[in-house]
Amino acid sequence: MRVRVRFFASYAEAFGRQEMGLDLEAGASVADCVAAIRADPAASRLPPSPLVAVNQRYARPETPLAEGDEVALIPPVAGG
Amino acid sequence: MPAYLTDRLLDPTALVESVASPGCGATSLFLGTVRRAPEDGDLEGIEYSAYPEMAEAEFERIVAEARERWPEACIALRHRTGYIAVGEASVAIAVASPHRAQAYDCSRYLIEETKKRVPIWKKERFASGAAEWVEPMHV
Repeated sequence: MRVRVRFFASYAEAFGRQEMGLDLEAGASVADCVAAIRADPAASRLPPSPLVAVNQRYARPETPLAEGDEVALIPPVAGG
Repeated sequence: MPAYLTDRLLDPTALVESVASPGCGATSLFLGTVRRAPEDGDLEGIEYSAYPEMAEAEFERIVAEARERWPEACIALRHRTGYIAVGEASVAIAVASPHRAQAYDCSRYLIEETKKRVPIWKKERFASGAAEWVEPMHV
């Protein structure tokens, strides 16, 4: 299955892009997706357990993904 | 929509007017402004960026939670994005309610949850041309 990965703020700078498509095995979880993203050398910038949102909602590592999901890596938020 | 992002200058007076109603005897207005602390050197302003679709979804969830806790509160929240100079407001929250306790408590809840959960990021811009991401402690 294919998911859309989005990067923001400091992560977008580190990866040099704002999004990418990623092919994962059926039944893959958020943790599997993060592991696949770590294949990119820029991922050394990521903390051990980065915050992840799936379809605009915070998700846990074990959250299962589905075809077409939007997976966002969320740097530590700093609004206000 | 009671809470959203905007790239325009915030207008506290308009925000207060938007929550006014005859049954409300208390209105709380909170403004968060870009500050320069002594250790910030020649900081000129902060560039705010967001994940807009999720920020608005998260704002909706926060407002829904606040309404559950303070059903009589009237809520308006604006968070600015883009470059904001020191001294200008980045966030404005107006809450009107029959009595002051709900207005204060609800306003406090909205700003605390916004800072914790809404995907917004800051990059400090200095007169020297330097720029740095603001990274709070990892959670």
